[in-house]
Amino acid sequence: MTQSINFGFGEDETMLRDSAAKFFADNCGPNKIHGQVADNPDIHRDIESKWDQGLWKQITELGWTAACVPEAAGGIGMPVVAAVALAEEAGKTAFPSPLIATLNATFAVRECQSDAATKLLGDIATGTSATLAITNKQGSWAAADTDVSASGDTLTGTAYFVQDAQKADVLVVSAKTETGVALYRVDPTAAGVTLHADGIIDLTRDQAHINFDGAAAELLAVDGADALTKAMPAILCITAADMIGSGEWLLQTTTEYAQTRVQFDRPLGFFQAVKHPLVNVMLAIDAAKSLTYNAACAIDEEPETALKLARMAKSAASDMAVFSSSRAVQFHGGIGFTWECYVHLFFKRQMHNHILYGDGKYQRAQLADLLMGKAA
Amino acid sequence: MSEAGKDTAEQAEFRTYCQNWLAENHPGQPPVHIPQGALELSDPAALEWLQKWQKSAYEAGLIGVDYSADCGGGGKTDCQSIANQEMQKAKTPFLPNIIGLGMAAPTVYFHAQEATKQELLPKLLSGEEIWCQGFSEPGAGSDLANQQTFARKEGDSWVINGHKVWTSLAHFASWMILLCRTSKDDKYNGLSYFVVPIKSALGKGVTVRPLIKMTGETGFNEVIFEDFVVEDKYRLDDVGAGWKVAMTTLAHERGAGPLTTPSAGGQVNEKENGASIGSAAALIELAKVSYRNGKTAADDGAIRDEIMQLMIRQEGFRQNQRRIGVKALNVHPMRLPLQFKLVATEMNQDIAKLAYEIQGAGSSLYVNDENAAAGGQWQLAYMNSFGVTIAAGANEVQRNILGERVLNLAKSK
Repeated sequence: MTQSINFGFGEDETMLRDSAAKFFADNCGPNKIHGQVADNPDIHRDIESKWDQGLWKQITELGWTAACVPEAAGGIGMPVVAAVALAEEAGKTAFPSPLIATLNATFAVRECQSDAATKLLGDIATGTSATLAITNKQGSWAAADTDVSASGDTLTGTAYFVQDAQKADVLVVSAKTETGVALYRVDPTAAGVTLHADGIIDLTRDQAHINFDGAAAELLAVDGADALTKAMPAILCITAADMIGSGEWLLQTTTEYAQTRVQFDRPLGFFQAVKHPLVNVMLAIDAAKSLTYNAACAIDEEPETALKLARMAKSAASDMAVFSSSRAVQFHGGIGFTWECYVHLFFKRQMHNHILYGDGKYQRAQLADLLMGKAA
Repeated sequence: MSEAGKDTAEQAEFRTYCQNWLAENHPGQPPVHIPQGALELSDPAALEWLQKWQKSAYEAGLIGVDYSADCGGGGKTDCQSIANQEMQKAKTPFLPNIIGLGMAAPTVYFHAQEATKQELLPKLLSGEEIWCQGFSEPGAGSDLANQQTFARKEGDSWVINGHKVWTSLAHFASWMILLCRTSKDDKYNGLSYFVVPIKSALGKGVTVRPLIKMTGETGFNEVIFEDFVVEDKYRLDDVGAGWKVAMTTLAHERGAGPLTTPSAGGQVNEKENGASIGSAAALIELAKVSYRNGKTAADDGAIRDEIMQLMIRQEGFRQNQRRIGVKALNVHPMRLPLQFKLVATEMNQDIAKLAYEIQGAGSSLYVNDENAAAGGQWQLAYMNSFGVTIAAGANEVQRNILGERVLNLAKSK
């Protein structure tokens, strides 16, 4: 099996991406987002989820959540590269919304193969937001690790590091059963579900640990670990794409600053101590972007290689995220270190995504096991 | 992963043709030692064998595919890349006329008079006439426009005096692409560009002397011109347009020109002690037969991480080449093409460096020691890798070019 030369990124995907870029340009520049999520710099501020629900409603009406839902479940059935392009645009805007969480959940539910899963996909296509509650207290990224247990149709235990939990209409929860790990649909407002918001660094999302105490749950997949394993390449690609978008914003913004800021009678960009690292940031973004579209294309067209290629993409994107954000703060100098400069929004989003689902070192350890066998 | 898939009809037909021809006509294992690349060629017998291979591939239509038929080309559209992919897959030897194919041919094609193109290109593409490049001088390396070699007009001819260095393949070359000065009044607009027949002028105004590289290999040279007379028909483009013509050469050298350079070279030449040379994947094999701290290097966490980093960089580089062709996924048209040389040469340098390190104490052994892993070829490759991070505009200059042309930062001069 071979991949399309254009990564499967055709006219429809280009149109969707361009309309997303226009939507973000029209509706949410960094000044607006900064005003919304960074209005209170107090280090001991109350934990709040700040986002624009009106914009989210418009997005669902534009069909972005339906894009990667299969046609049979009421969606548009676009390839994974479409979700990747949307995540890239969201990252470029540091957009606070349940979009990324919902895209990730979509790919997990797509692997569940049940009537309940088809129903949930249909709900997502018409605007229901969802998030994965699949991580344990240790922060393990392995599909079978969870601190939640199922007993019949109820769940008990706690899921940790749940992304955009306060924004989600539906929780997709992994829980231990007698035979393994299953996936369940849970209503976050149901009895026995308690959401504890985490105090996090990234201002453009929320995160929570969620306690289940006999909470009612609907089974999506008996072998949930298998579904999550199959969905992992898409989740890694979407997270990588978010970082690529943020990286591009950081590159362009820092480049503009280096064009205009004058020191020693020269624009900063004249100095090779600034110019060359900015070029290195560009090289890192481009490699990560090519790897991410390659891996996303592989999920649809060459699935046996998808996990390997997605780990490559996430590794490159995570390392780039740290590098692009550190250089952006450094080259903005004194102003870059302040709260009023927008760079910190992207810095914090990059540092969050960099760790999420495993940083570069984690991906490379997994990749080495795949390509070299386990170490003795 | 494969580059096949969405070929045009012409490409698909040509791909099948290439596959069939290569299945029948692969030249097999060489009877003589072949070095790692064309720029390291010093044995005339090795050159002769490689020239025979290039000529057979040219006559079969696999080289110069996108050049027009009246210049000896194949007259096809975007098909050279297909031949390259198939030659790579078939693990053919490399093509010896590398400077001719990669730099001289596109420059002649875009800037020479018709008669000159028809005179020079067929024997260049076939490899019968080897080409070299006369750009670098003792005082003009990264600052290429600081040319001091001077061409003086006398009647219908030019009289050339000067000193070129770093001239790979000059000891075998029939022709040289020559950048030189025709006016001292203007640094850039005082340059002109010639193609000059050096082999026929040896001892008559042209002297070629070998320079020895840090590896101990020969392969590049210095060339001295003393009242060397060249006909005006061998001038490319206008007098004073040399810098513009040189940009065509450099764009193709950096993989950023409109014509795809014919290239083969998938053949692994050295295979000793179980390890082969060249790709990041080969590092895994090397690590499995190298030891550190009582275990194989393949069991060492730090080494595993570094091998994976390089495999990721290599895949990223490959996918960048694929993405160049997808307009919707490019922010700036020159952003990826101008990265090619920089990224490729630093990646290859780091692959060779890691291979050097993986060998531990054994990395001290060189090509003249029978116990060296892979015949000492990794150590040789590491040293040779500096040739290409320096050549064609040192990578520091490449970063200036990317910063200035793509990011629009202020010029560092």
